[in-house]
Amino acid sequence: MTAVSSTALTKRFRGGQLAVDHIDLRVPDGSVYGFLGPNGSGKTTTIRMLLGLAFPTSGQAELLGVPMPGGANQVLHRVGSLVEGPAFYPFLSGRDNLARYDAADRTADARTADLRIAAALDRVGLLAAARKRYRHYSLGMKQRLAIAAGLLRPRELIILDEPTNGLDPQGTREVRALIRQIAADGTTVFVSSHLLAEVEQVCTHVGVMRTGRLVFQGALAELRRTGAARVTVQTADAEGAVKVFATLGLADTQAGPDEASAVLGDAEPERVCAELVHAGIGVRGFSVAAPSLEDLFVGLTGEGFDVDG
Amino acid sequence: MSTADPAFPAPALSADPALAGPAQAGPVLVAPVRRSPARAWLRLFGAELRLVFWRKRNLLLLAVTALFPVIIGIALRVAAPHSRGGGNGPGATFFNQLAGNGVFLAFIALSTLLILVLPVVVAVVAGDSVAGEAGYGTLRYLLAVPAGRSRLLAVKLAVIVVFGLCATVIVSAVSLAVGAGLFPIGPVTLLSGSTVPLADGLLRVLFVTLYVAAAMAALGAIGLAISTLTEHAIGAIAAIAILVVTSEVVDQVPQLAAIGPYLPTHWWLSFDSILRAPVDTSTLLKGLLSFGVYLVLFGSFAWARFTSADVTS
Repeated sequence: MTAVSSTALTKRFRGGQLAVDHIDLRVPDGSVYGFLGPNGSGKTTTIRMLLGLAFPTSGQAELLGVPMPGGANQVLHRVGSLVEGPAFYPFLSGRDNLARYDAADRTADARTADLRIAAALDRVGLLAAARKRYRHYSLGMKQRLAIAAGLLRPRELIILDEPTNGLDPQGTREVRALIRQIAADGTTVFVSSHLLAEVEQVCTHVGVMRTGRLVFQGALAELRRTGAARVTVQTADAEGAVKVFATLGLADTQAGPDEASAVLGDAEPERVCAELVHAGIGVRGFSVAAPSLEDLFVGLTGEGFDVDG
Repeated sequence: MSTADPAFPAPALSADPALAGPAQAGPVLVAPVRRSPARAWLRLFGAELRLVFWRKRNLLLLAVTALFPVIIGIALRVAAPHSRGGGNGPGATFFNQLAGNGVFLAFIALSTLLILVLPVVVAVVAGDSVAGEAGYGTLRYLLAVPAGRSRLLAVKLAVIVVFGLCATVIVSAVSLAVGAGLFPIGPVTLLSGSTVPLADGLLRVLFVTLYVAAAMAALGAIGLAISTLTEHAIGAIAAIAILVVTSEVVDQVPQLAAIGPYLPTHWWLSFDSILRAPVDTSTLLKGLLSFGVYLVLFGSFAWARFTSADVTS
């Protein structure tokens, strides 16, 4: 079963802007799914539609097999969520804020509320600040309280929208550790971020958004595979090296002043090296390198301010 | 370079559905406890009541509301000999009666505060109800809980009605206490001239209070509808207050008398019908019908809007 799935899910804003363009999400049960893309690529709008906060213009979405937004009342209590930053009543304490959300859950047991709230606060390390007013929380504490709200009950799916936004490196590490713990309990985690590096270490699967379209989806290992490894040789005879590459059938050959490179493809690096030496090319250095995930990510989403939207 | 290594063992394993077990292994907690919807409703209603009634701003509003009958009572006690016969409208008649009976302070206070103070008190809570949640961003989390859009709206309306009732009861209760302290208390002479026992008079105070609370409930529904249109609570509160004043002003223009009965504020002061013998039930019923229609109309509007709009805050 898929924890989150969508078919041609589309959202067009009233102004006519296509925020989400026919995306087909498949988030496997038990996975940690990194939902990546630059700011403005439609991640939050997608999450809002998944949670029934916004209504799709067309297409369908399902959470844990239940159609949304129609099935919101049947399924959302099994889903914890953090959407676009924490939001609480500034005049209430952290504890009272959680109690307020718990009271809104018609399937939650009031008798266990205090215990569950304390457990959730403990899990994010806020038990000591439970009675402090939310107004006086630091940014990191606010973020952690929002995650605690998602953990008030055992969940089958946790949706975290930019959970590390505004956090210092220490806070980012803490959130990552929390995600690992949650996932270790068997909960599916759907986490969005505009920074691959922040989720790369915890994700099993990724979906990459660019201007409202899902440009890649699959296991992280699959994304790595899409990055073609290149063989590079340092030599005084770059032209000669390129010829050897060509005879070996390597694609995308490039010759520089002191080096030549090509896409390795299915060729064995050992054989390439042997052939070069055999052809009398003086090999000073030989390396095979695949693009980093970051490079692949940037390749998919566009670079820096080049991103449209 | 093992970047193309397909084995990414640990994560790949946890994608195995068999490992999703733990989530289902705790069915005792995961499975929704079958609880009566009424109890869950009451729990949310209680939480909402606490939120509204524990808020300093709202408590301050109620305190100020309670202060008005005290000030009016003292002022009238001090100025009592000179105030006879001044002004017009039902309030003026009450003023004449007050010197003889403290019970009338309740009617004076209610008719005075109904012009602006009580509507503003209701407007603050009603205007804040949905717009305030949207402004804080808590609305998206309440809906993701899920509170249920219709259920949340129903609870919001119920709390607004309770708050309006509470403010009205405070005015009546404080007025009676202050009236009893500053003026004589005894059998009540009605506006129609006949005199009824004190108990009957107090019963009429209760009915007047409930009538005013019904008027505030209708205003609350209008406020709730306005509140669903924005995420700026202050804007919603101001809009409701402006609506009340506009309605009252239009109601005073003789050329617009034809639309008068349809204005939301038109029947508010008709509670003086209760202070006649026999009670002018036809006027009262028209008033209650007006409140009912406004409640249903704007309650429906709020529901239609709230259950279909994207939450973008």
